[in-house]
Amino acid sequence: MKLITVAGPPSAGKTSVIIKTAEYLSKYKGKIGIVKFDCLSALDHRLYTEAGLTVVTGLSGNLCPDHYFVSNIDDCVQWGLEKGFDVLISESAGLCNRCAPHIKGVTAVCVVDCLSGVDTPQKIGPMLRYADIAVITKGDIVSQAEREVFAFRVRQANPKAAVMFVNGITGQGAYDLSFSFDEASEVTSLEGARLRFSIPAAICPYCVGETDIGVAHQKGNVKKMAFKEAVPNE
Amino acid sequence: MNNHLLKVPFGRLLQEHPYAGDYFRSIGLSWKDSLLTPAELIESVDEETMEDAGLSHEQMRTHFLEFMEQASALMKGSRRRLNSLTVIGGTDKNGRAENVELELRPGDIMCIVGPTGSGKSRLLADIECFAQKDTPTGRTILIDGKTPSQEERFRFENKLVAQLSQNMNFVVDLNAENFVAMHASSRMVVDIENTVAAVIECANELAGEKFERTTALTQLSGGQSRALMIADTALLSSSPIVLIDEIENAGIDRKKALDLLVKKEKIVLMSTHDPILALMGNRRIAISNGGISAVIETGEKEKENLSVLEAYDAKILSIRNMLRAGKKIDFGMEEFLGLAEKAL
Repeated sequence: MKLITVAGPPSAGKTSVIIKTAEYLSKYKGKIGIVKFDCLSALDHRLYTEAGLTVVTGLSGNLCPDHYFVSNIDDCVQWGLEKGFDVLISESAGLCNRCAPHIKGVTAVCVVDCLSGVDTPQKIGPMLRYADIAVITKGDIVSQAEREVFAFRVRQANPKAAVMFVNGITGQGAYDLSFSFDEASEVTSLEGARLRFSIPAAICPYCVGETDIGVAHQKGNVKKMAFKEAVPNE
Repeated sequence: MNNHLLKVPFGRLLQEHPYAGDYFRSIGLSWKDSLLTPAELIESVDEETMEDAGLSHEQMRTHFLEFMEQASALMKGSRRRLNSLTVIGGTDKNGRAENVELELRPGDIMCIVGPTGSGKSRLLADIECFAQKDTPTGRTILIDGKTPSQEERFRFENKLVAQLSQNMNFVVDLNAENFVAMHASSRMVVDIENTVAAVIECANELAGEKFERTTALTQLSGGQSRALMIADTALLSSSPIVLIDEIENAGIDRKKALDLLVKKEKIVLMSTHDPILALMGNRRIAISNGGISAVIETGEKEKENLSVLEAYDAKILSIRNMLRAGKKIDFGMEEFLGLAEKAL
């Protein structure tokens, strides 16, 4: 079974891109399964089932969403194999822009949208920097010049990624993307596999339910601000 | 890969490749010593800062080299020439064959006409992705008479098509000058100052109302935005094919805009309901029910009619200008439009 991880900031258009791409993919690849990772609630399973795709949703709730992802992705693979999927696509939102569910040897996609501004690509960390494919959405809404600038900035953030424009509403560009999905390698287990980059470190009293503020409660992994005032033009 | 670039001091590197600093600036790294090399700069970043930025030393080195390679490809790419674009018909919505083979060359204008929802945008989309019988229409697009390679189809750098779509919003918060400069720098243009001046001057020639270099993009009217984008596409974009979706009602000098694109040796495909634009090209494609139903050569009589329509259009434009100037439109309109004789 081929596995593809798709990540991207909230509302970038991940679900729409996946649905449009799966339409093409199912024509020549067969059965497709979806795993949707979310924090509090997700309604995307409705869109997926409407599109005729089999989907499970995982809600991380109180837990760091990407830690939750790593602890569950292999189980997702096993579920996919049991269901006899040819392709399994996982969708997750990198909420702090630092997280990246990208796994070595597994095709990794990052979805970003043009409307989020031309400086966004450099604000997104490993989620974009370590992706194999950067998908840009909502390009139809902005000018040609902005599309070109945005793509260039994405390229600056990750010169190794293939950059593609996909329109999540009309599906334009989804064929091109399905073609890249088809090149994903086969996976039977993620036991022993590695993430491409570390997930942000946590472990402090606030991780385990502390709500009091104050020096006495700052234990474990504490990092203090430097208070270096910004100078114009630097 | 060109590893030696890592060992060239910034002073010399920036002389040869002015854009080399962009990569480091984009990740918040700067340098003061012109003798410093990229390798040394990368090495000087401590482990913790790297970790916080979500990067590694090794990744930064390979990304920098990759960036330099693509930047030079981008510069070469801007010289990319196209000799022809061929559209081979597929089928309409009922599966009826289109039986069409069209060849377009630089400087050609092809208009696409047909009712709303008939499939004009689909034809533009087929061209944009260089369809190979793999879109709903089953059309095939050839570049210079050949099937484009997968690489040519899907790599963004090789995109031959610039698209001027109906919705043209600017979401960046910049003035016209800074915006064009930003675009120019992402296209590796060396003389940014003059390029910006040329684009804005050209946009002002196309726009009904002039705007300043310092006008905020968000304050441009629909027509001014259109004019700026057309000027930008003609002078800055390297794409040899320009797809235009519905240009009318934009308050710009459409003839000048098209002349500009033609002069820049672009292949222009334009979906339109506007009779002046539709007759301006040598041929037009009529679409119905999702398929190409006819390819119509612009006839002699049509060309004569075009000049009549243009004369009318010029008159309408002059009325618009009078309105803008705060004048009254209280003269004999029938006479002004030349309708008077007919009425007699």
